[in-house]
Amino acid sequence: MSELTQIGTVCAMNIRNLPKRLGSSAVAVFGVACVVGVFIGVLSMASGFQRTMTMAGADDTAIVMRSGSTSELSSGLSHEETQLVTQLPGVLQRDGQAVSSAELYVVVDIPKRATGTSANVPLRGVQQGAFQVRDNIEFIQGRNFDTGRNELIVGRGAHHQFAELDIGSTVRLGQTEWTVVGIFSAGGGSAESELWADASTVQSAYRRGNSFQSVRVKLASDTAFDLFSAEVADDPRLDMDVKRESDYMAEQAEPLSLFIKAIGYPLAVLMSLGAIFGAINTMYASVSARTREIATLRAIGFGAFPVALSTLVESLLLAVVGGLIGALVVFLVFNGYTVSTINSASFSQVVFDFAVTADLLIQGIIAAVVIGLVGGFFPAVRAARLPVATALRET
Amino acid sequence: MKYFYFIWKNLVRKKLRTTLTILSIAVAFILFGALGSINAAFSQGAEIAGADRLLTIHKVSLIQSLPYSYVNRVRGVEGVNEVTYASWFGGYYQEPRNQFAQFAVDADSYFSIYSDLMTLPEDQMRAWKNNRMGAVIGPVLAQRFGWEVGDRVPLFSMFPQQDGSRNWEFVIEGIFSAQASGADEGSMLFHHEYFDEARQWDQGTVGWLVIEVDDPEQAAEVAERVDALFANSPTETKTSTEKAFIEAFMAQFGDIGTITGLILGAVFFTMLLVAANTMSQAVRERIPEMAILKTLGFSDRSVLIMVLAESILMALIGGLLGLLLAWLMVGGVAAEVAAFLPGFSMPARVWSNGVLAIVLLGVIAGLLPAIQGMRLNIVTALGRR
Amino acid sequence: MSQANQAVAPSVNENELLVELNDIGKSYRKGKETVPVLSGLNMTIKRGDFLALMGPSGSGKTTLLNLLGGLDSPTSGSLKIAGDRIDRFSASQLTRWRAPHVGFIFQFYNLMPVLTAARNVELPLLLTKLSAKKRRQHVEAALTLVGLKDRAKHRPGELSGGQEQRVAIARAIVSDPDLLLCDEPTGDLDRTTADEILELLKTLNREQGKTIVMVTHDPRAAEYAQRTLHLDKGALIKDA
Repeated sequence: MSELTQIGTVCAMNIRNLPKRLGSSAVAVFGVACVVGVFIGVLSMASGFQRTMTMAGADDTAIVMRSGSTSELSSGLSHEETQLVTQLPGVLQRDGQAVSSAELYVVVDIPKRATGTSANVPLRGVQQGAFQVRDNIEFIQGRNFDTGRNELIVGRGAHHQFAELDIGSTVRLGQTEWTVVGIFSAGGGSAESELWADASTVQSAYRRGNSFQSVRVKLASDTAFDLFSAEVADDPRLDMDVKRESDYMAEQAEPLSLFIKAIGYPLAVLMSLGAIFGAINTMYASVSARTREIATLRAIGFGAFPVALSTLVESLLLAVVGGLIGALVVFLVFNGYTVSTINSASFSQVVFDFAVTADLLIQGIIAAVVIGLVGGFFPAVRAARLPVATALRET
Repeated sequence: MKYFYFIWKNLVRKKLRTTLTILSIAVAFILFGALGSINAAFSQGAEIAGADRLLTIHKVSLIQSLPYSYVNRVRGVEGVNEVTYASWFGGYYQEPRNQFAQFAVDADSYFSIYSDLMTLPEDQMRAWKNNRMGAVIGPVLAQRFGWEVGDRVPLFSMFPQQDGSRNWEFVIEGIFSAQASGADEGSMLFHHEYFDEARQWDQGTVGWLVIEVDDPEQAAEVAERVDALFANSPTETKTSTEKAFIEAFMAQFGDIGTITGLILGAVFFTMLLVAANTMSQAVRERIPEMAILKTLGFSDRSVLIMVLAESILMALIGGLLGLLLAWLMVGGVAAEVAAFLPGFSMPARVWSNGVLAIVLLGVIAGLLPAIQGMRLNIVTALGRR
Repeated sequence: MSQANQAVAPSVNENELLVELNDIGKSYRKGKETVPVLSGLNMTIKRGDFLALMGPSGSGKTTLLNLLGGLDSPTSGSLKIAGDRIDRFSASQLTRWRAPHVGFIFQFYNLMPVLTAARNVELPLLLTKLSAKKRRQHVEAALTLVGLKDRAKHRPGELSGGQEQRVAIARAIVSDPDLLLCDEPTGDLDRTTADEILELLKTLNREQGKTIVMVTHDPRAAEYAQRTLHLDKGALIKDA
């Protein structure tokens, strides 16, 4: 009999016998499923958050803030400064006007829909240019706010996550009452967590005079960033930092996604260890349950290698089945599951979806394969080294 | 205890299997300890909150400030014993990543209201009050940057000074000690007067008020009275107990608690199965022996207890090992995460809950096999018929 | 086993009846059918007796031994041992009764593989209130009696079959029970070792006054007993 036929025969026999060891096999499968599930679950949270943050940042948009500001919240710019910035070279001009938006960023207190606990929700005052700087804003419901009126439009995520933000409802923020007139999407970016209103009404509602916190400008070309940033640095009237919006958003996302990953990866490694221990146990039990069978096979001429391999194949099979179950459950339960958390960088809520990406699913299955291989290795060696004569006598 | 030797010998009979199972349990409890500590770090503020303290903030948002005049107006409210105030400074040392909490405060009233949480040596208090630019810091912060009393420390703030400069200079005049380990140990306090006079905007305002009430039982009424005082004014307030405030703020992190709970649940269930599997294997291969024990006159109950004891012993070894490792790990990273999780440590409650969970795990894992052992019929088990 | 070191046999009333079986019946349910194993069995065993039970497989020897040892209860009839009507005992009463009254010796020794010889012998004493020191003394005495004092620290795996059986005998006598029950005690041993074990049992019977009931297939083993009973199809056929 060729080695290959032997392997086939032994593996098939082993797998057919699996139901007899259902209890202990189920433990291994379940263990791997849990590990892969938690692994994918936690990382899909990190990837979802990161996706939301990076979606919001464009390479061809620059954000300008007071120098030294770590976020829009801590920045402050006068009206004159915002005007000067938009007239610099490098800014995209359309119909004789700079494509730009000077914006205010304040945090307002609105209860969460699910729990009723209050949450720091970002309220952004924008100029009409905001809709050209960001080219992915689309209205899902309602209309845009009218300039000069106390009207709000709310991001899709904010609408989903926070209470009282349906179209037509009024929201009282301090002394001012606002009417919700529209719901918008922003390509999945973090703007969807925000409330938007006309910059001038936000200025008066929050007594900001004629000051702003940031200016976003559309760049004339890919290479215009260096030019623009040099111009800002050289202008003695301006004390500002310029960043690509994509870089800025990545910076904002970093602490939280680092935190999630810093917990997620060690968690996955630790849990995998636990699962490997469990799998080794299961496979040793399997080998000892098959002692007689293995010894008989060896006695009638089967090689040690096919016997060892069949143990490894069994272990792999159990692990991969577990991995697939874990991945599937997490995909079905968590993909697109919306959560919100406070992003310490901006001191305000970010709404994001768990993103169970193909990449993560593959990583999860790879983890399962590793668990299966490691878990099956030593038991396989034991199976191969089983002393045939004594094993045959064993009961 | 005379059975201990026998139980122990049974446990170590299959050394490899027992070791692997103990290691899986250890892993579960490393996670238990670590996640429990993270969870506790997120919620510890609420635990140290004083029942007699109220916080008054701008109704729209914490980041809006209140007029300074509110301090004295609130002092006059019935049921209010004392009022202090503070403002957020939002600065960092040298680099943006060196962020920590700095508050501009009123020295006397602040330390008086928070006397249960922090104390400053009297001579340092005197020195601090005599220096306009003086600041006091928590021990964790002192350790983090190696600051000592007398050091001049420049901080970069979101608040510009009158001349537009964002560089603020402080002189460390004291190091306060914080009773409960919490955010306070990594923070810095300095004079509100210095801050308010020098800053470019928002002058004459404070970030929030801290109220000490006469009678904690009356806290809710006092809070209502304060908010009523400013109702329909341009700057309305929202007053809540310190505990409620911290809890509400922590709730903003959202589902961290739920998510940790889910993970722990999944881990636990897995480890429970692994341990239960080991125990049932152990009992299965030992059935004749248990029958002999019964033949010798051991009661059903003592067989049950022996199996359970073995299971619990196994869980205890693994679990305590895990908790110990978690404790070491938490201690190891505490310094590194001090920036955003100050006072990160493994609290006693995690230990006690952990031990409880260990025993529970041991009992549940061993229960079915133990009952199987207990119900064992000698005649059939020995094949004697 | 407090008198273990004494060479003289303790005084026993030779005529005292230790075991009385009266019209004993025992049947098992097998599916829907009832399979009778023993029926109408009458016999008595005096204190100090050494009785061999012989008979073909399925004759009910082991079942009888189980009944005598309180491992099982008869379906009918009365069974009195050392003054106790153990046929009326509940399972937990039987458990409590067994420890001080009977010692078992099995064909395959049935020692705990994880425990040393001494610890194995000590097991029944754990059920008593004896102090650790007292227990040690008793264990040593019992091991001395079976001639294995020097093997106390060995595990079953490190002993020969004959030695294992000696440890099992020590375990059976350590709590000084009324009755020693042996189920094919030499079935797994070679002739010479078997003879040694049987000689030991005989000595225990003669010098220590132990009452012994031994189930065996081996006529040569039966020769060591004072008398032999033959069982067939659940009934005694001849009182030899």
